[in-house]
Amino acid sequence: MKKVGNHNSNSRKMFLGLAMMLTFSFSSFAQDAAPAAATEAAPAAATAGGDPVKGKALFNSNCAACHKLDAKSTGPALRGVAEKHDMAWIYKWVHNSSEVIKSGDAAAVKLFEENNKSVMTPFPQLSEADIDNIIAYTSEPKAEPAAAAGGAATPPGANVEGTGSNNNVILGVLALVLVVLVVMLFMVNNVLRKVAKANGIEVAPKAECTPIWKAFVKNQFLVLVSSIFLLLASGYFVYGFLMQVGVDQDYQPIQPIHYSHKIHAGDNEINCKYCHSAARVSKNAGIPSLNVCMNCHKNISEVAETTATAEYSKAFYDAQIQKLYDAVGWDKTTQSYTGKQQPVKWVRIHNLPDFVYFNHSQHVTVAGIECQTCHGPVETYEIQKQFAPLTMGWCVNCHRKTEVKMEGNGYYTKIHEELSKKYGVDKLTEAQMGGLECGKCHY
Amino acid sequence: MSSNKKYWKSVEELENGSIVEALRNNEFVEEIPADEFLGNADAMSSSSTSRRDFLKYVGFSTAAATLAACEGPVNKSIPYVLQPEQIIPGVADYYATSVFDGFDFANLLVKTREGRPIKIDNNTISGAKFAANARIHASILSLYDNMRLKESKVEGKNSDWSVVNSKIKSSIADAKAKGGQVVFLTNTLASPSTEKLIADFIGANPNAKHVIYDAVSSSEALDAFEAVYGERALVDYDFAKASLIVSVGADFLGDWQGGGYDAGYAQGRIPKNGKMSRHFQLEANMTLSGAAADKRLPMSVANQKQALVHIYNVVTGSAVAVNLAPEFKAEVTKAAQQLKAAGSKGLLVSGIQDKNAQLLVLAINQVLASEAFTTVGVREIRKGSDAKVTQLINDMKAGSVHTLIMSGVNPAYTLADSSSFVEGLKKVKTSVALSLKEDETASIATIAAPVPHYLEAWGDLVLTKGTYSLTQPTIRPLFKTKQFQDVLMSINGLTGTYYDYLKAFSSSFIAGSTWNKVLHDGVFVGAPAALSGGAADYTAAATALAKSKAANGLELVLYTKTGMGDGQQANNPWLQEFPDPITRVSWDNYVTVANADAKTLGLSNEIVANGGLNGSYATITTADGVKLENVPVIVQPGQAVGTVGLALGYGRKAALKEEMQVGLNAYALYKGFNDVQSVELVKADGEHEFACVQGQKTLMGRGDIIKETSLEIFNTKDSAIWNETPKVSLNHKEVEATTVDLWESFDRSVGHHFNLSIDLNACTGCGACVIACHAENNVPVVGKSEVRRSRDMHWLRIDRYYSSEETFEGDNERKEGIAGLSSSLSTFNEMEKASDNPQVAFQPVMCQHCNHAPCETVCPVAATSHGRQGQNHMAYNRCVGTRYCANNCPYKVRRFNWFLYNKNSEFDYHMNDDLGRMVLNPDVNVRSRGVMEKCSMCIQMTQATILNAKREGREVVDGEFQTACSAACSSGAMIFGDVNDKASKVAKLAADERSYHLLEHVGTKPNVVYHVKVRNT
Repeated sequence: MKKVGNHNSNSRKMFLGLAMMLTFSFSSFAQDAAPAAATEAAPAAATAGGDPVKGKALFNSNCAACHKLDAKSTGPALRGVAEKHDMAWIYKWVHNSSEVIKSGDAAAVKLFEENNKSVMTPFPQLSEADIDNIIAYTSEPKAEPAAAAGGAATPPGANVEGTGSNNNVILGVLALVLVVLVVMLFMVNNVLRKVAKANGIEVAPKAECTPIWKAFVKNQFLVLVSSIFLLLASGYFVYGFLMQVGVDQDYQPIQPIHYSHKIHAGDNEINCKYCHSAARVSKNAGIPSLNVCMNCHKNISEVAETTATAEYSKAFYDAQIQKLYDAVGWDKTTQSYTGKQQPVKWVRIHNLPDFVYFNHSQHVTVAGIECQTCHGPVETYEIQKQFAPLTMGWCVNCHRKTEVKMEGNGYYTKIHEELSKKYGVDKLTEAQMGGLECGKCHY
Repeated sequence: MSSNKKYWKSVEELENGSIVEALRNNEFVEEIPADEFLGNADAMSSSSTSRRDFLKYVGFSTAAATLAACEGPVNKSIPYVLQPEQIIPGVADYYATSVFDGFDFANLLVKTREGRPIKIDNNTISGAKFAANARIHASILSLYDNMRLKESKVEGKNSDWSVVNSKIKSSIADAKAKGGQVVFLTNTLASPSTEKLIADFIGANPNAKHVIYDAVSSSEALDAFEAVYGERALVDYDFAKASLIVSVGADFLGDWQGGGYDAGYAQGRIPKNGKMSRHFQLEANMTLSGAAADKRLPMSVANQKQALVHIYNVVTGSAVAVNLAPEFKAEVTKAAQQLKAAGSKGLLVSGIQDKNAQLLVLAINQVLASEAFTTVGVREIRKGSDAKVTQLINDMKAGSVHTLIMSGVNPAYTLADSSSFVEGLKKVKTSVALSLKEDETASIATIAAPVPHYLEAWGDLVLTKGTYSLTQPTIRPLFKTKQFQDVLMSINGLTGTYYDYLKAFSSSFIAGSTWNKVLHDGVFVGAPAALSGGAADYTAAATALAKSKAANGLELVLYTKTGMGDGQQANNPWLQEFPDPITRVSWDNYVTVANADAKTLGLSNEIVANGGLNGSYATITTADGVKLENVPVIVQPGQAVGTVGLALGYGRKAALKEEMQVGLNAYALYKGFNDVQSVELVKADGEHEFACVQGQKTLMGRGDIIKETSLEIFNTKDSAIWNETPKVSLNHKEVEATTVDLWESFDRSVGHHFNLSIDLNACTGCGACVIACHAENNVPVVGKSEVRRSRDMHWLRIDRYYSSEETFEGDNERKEGIAGLSSSLSTFNEMEKASDNPQVAFQPVMCQHCNHAPCETVCPVAATSHGRQGQNHMAYNRCVGTRYCANNCPYKVRRFNWFLYNKNSEFDYHMNDDLGRMVLNPDVNVRSRGVMEKCSMCIQMTQATILNAKREGREVVDGEFQTACSAACSSGAMIFGDVNDKASKVAKLAADERSYHLLEHVGTKPNVVYHVKVRNT
């Protein structure tokens, strides 16, 4: 019976696999549907008076730094702004808002007061036609992508869960079928035996032979060889186990804020050293302080629809940005700092032992090594992990191979001349520079 | 052939066989109470834990612990929410500041990391005159003292500043109403803004007054100077300009008149063009100045007074009758005549606490027209008046003082007659102690209010007239503290912050510069004028001084130790563990007794079996009957016969960790603010266990350890005579040791090659390097009992050697003269004893970074290895603690971590609390138990310098490479740099004909170079 059970569980796994495949295919369908619906909605909302497509481009290059369509940012939300003010007023305002305020225009003053008295940059370079285009863009009705997609309205997260419960049903049914099959097999077998017995057919019993394990024990050579093999194999695994103690390659802890390097460094191509600026001058690369985040996130309070993935919905990402706001004490609605701060306790991923001295600036600024050399393709990491093993062997191997970047660095002029004469080479490796000496990293 | 002999193992077995028999049969002398717990069947059965369960638990917990050990801990990394613009994590910031704590003063550069100060460096900008001494270097640790007063206390109960301020204000109003006195009792402030605030208050409140109290008084010198020049100040001597220095009882390399003279003195001590200064020292205690002197005359203070008058006679041609002991006459006359001959290049200083003596100092220097003696830019660091303090205590006892506001003073501890102060304090209506700690005074004052450490505070200082230094905070106040100045502003009714007040106030002092510039530089130098000198009746002073009587009995000369000073920082473990440069004893004060006196009094020192130093106890009784019992005794070579020395600053109890409550309070004997007292010394029972780091006293004629010669030989003879390279036998021929080698040499011509040059002529033994090394390298403190076991962890020690003959030269000759075994035994035995007036030499010894290092070859795990840049590396994580390296090191500079010294309550020093650990240098590893450590030649600093140059794409400039010790050395004795840079200072020093290596015959080829000590005898 036990054997049967095992078979059953194997087949269960197979079915599980099948079910998973189905799940993923379902969910990817659901994802495709949403953006399609959004693009469909856009042209339908075009308005007269300007070209909303051109307007969008202008909006993104000129206005988006301070304005959003549907939410207050540094400036007010701009959707439907044409309904609030007449076009002549808007032209004047855009060309030079402070003049309008100075003239005592009630609406302008009110607007100025409402927005923390922040002065809007004058845009004299925008023609009235340009402004028309922008207004046309801002007058488009808000796209309701989720609603437009109709049946696939449920958010992706929920979708996955839904298919999950479907899988269970399918799995159950399949298991049942399998059990029925097994039972049937037994029954057929039994019936056949009975038939054979009734017909007087003797089922020939198998010839008695030495069990394989007895034969094995008798063959001493085989025992010796296999025990040596076993010892070696276990030695290999024990060694392997011990060597990974304290090595945290692929360490991928859950962070208090789900920060995606893929979105920042990958999709948006932000330079690593924009945020990790200390890497240029300090031993620490530095986790950016939250005021650095706010350089951009003051204006980016939510992710674009297209940023959301099957795994992480827009709502999920927006919640992460909200976590940042909570930590730094930024009130989105009033666009001001509340002063209530709460430092973010990130989980440290790269933990070098205390007895190693490592300096980022040495590698980043002096040697000009790409961050990715040691940190891996960070721009593809949704969740940051430790790419390199950070073992001494790993460091040393790189020091052996890597040629020191000496050109144009006045420090190296003399030493390069002397060392290249000594070693008879033009390019010097870090090891030849003395980079393998214990005291260069351990003090 | 069986024997009938009975063998017995002990006398007891022979005499009383039955006991031994019984003991042999019973393994345990007392019966094991097994029945008590095994016999109790009920208890056993009721226990739910069976033996099997127990074993299961053991097995499970072992397995769990093993598994858990494989799992790394989860570390948190918490960035700033709003990062200050100036702070980049991982990059050090430096702030220029200045300190004056009433005793020590300096112009500093404070290194901060991530917003916390971790190291004190000297401000080397021009105009910043005063370098940090050992105590200032250690003061960074006092900032993180967990025993600091953290909250205001009113009548012993925790309170806050608003209550304190209102109480002070109402008390002042009450005093005004009742006509009582309001008195500010402060240390010398040297802060014009603070003085202005006090003066303003006194101007508005005529019933108020300001009393300045220096715990260690320089009152007589101030009185004398005031009498002649009309200003209460001290001369800022320029020792560099003096070619002949006569010091009568002035330890100017120590704390005499504030100290800080070593840099100038050392300049003149390095022979240049065949010339160096000559220094006569007449003193009672063996001091740093006496150790450096070319000729030292040990004499009692009574004799010093006569000698001073005698010198006055010779220099000025007067004929005041003197009573100088005949044995000193010739030498003192010689010194006086040379002083007179030196003329304007001569200088006389004196530490005799007598106004007449101090007048004679002025007279002699005036007659000499000494260049070193100048009234331009006089020192304003001592202002105290003994008479006014005495008056105040009388007023307090009379009940006429209503409100007493104290800042920077601890009279309940530092006054000889502290009981009358305490008694007087009870009659004071409101007493306020503004203090860093809840010390002896703060704990009995009505209000104890916490003030910030100088590294947390604003301030201004006029250390010498014409200069203006600023003190700026380098960290936010750690506790709920307020500055004395804040309190003054509050009672003056001023609003705003002291910072704003200071900024506005400073403008009159920094004409021609700006606040930002002065704050950046730390100091502003104006153009001070010389004081117009009057004159006094010097002959009368000389006559009076010559008539002063000698003390009955022994003469006790009180002094301050290089480590402890006036005792403000008694809770600083670095200073407690700092070995005194002369006696090499840490964690104690003691009475120093001359050998001859020790013999007559039956006092002795001995090295006991475990290598520790033991000493007798003595009871000191002053003429007034004040007793100090069980004072440990050190027999001090060079102590003048008939005098004994005792250091102030020890024996504190309040606000001190238990480990730091060492020594005895010598202030109790500081009667009448006089450092000379007549006492009686009686041997007491018992033996004191010292923590002395150097058992051996003399050099035993090993002239190749400290090479010393006289200026005459140095000038006239070839360097092979006075700086002989040791010879060894090679193929039965005598060759120079430096030419013989077991190993092949590595090529060291490429890149940097670091050398440290130490000039024994310039080294005064001040110990600033020792503490700087502690701070830079996270050197642990091990405590008294461990130091006694020779387990001190100092990476850098300053060896002190006495000569056993009158001079080291005599030692060498005596050793050369040994013939035969018996003569060798007896002679060496005698040479172990130091002379009664020995020559003294200091030698800083750290890892010599041998190019052919004996330690490297014996390490079984290659944990110590050599770098191309000349440094001997120590990989702590590789070390398994065999200690072979330490055994094979000829210099004994390796230190072993016998215990875990951090986060270990057995070693309850700064590394055991979170606050104290803030001082740790994040660039240097904190070592763990079981590993060897040693001087790394500050590889973290040299590497950082190289990296900076690489980042900026330039070569390293000479002088950029520094170690903690070389940066701390203000006397120029330690110079560090790259010898492959042929133009560098250190390359020239290493090639100098005075240079030699320690134990050169061993062939280790060290990278530390010493320079032959030349004495101008």
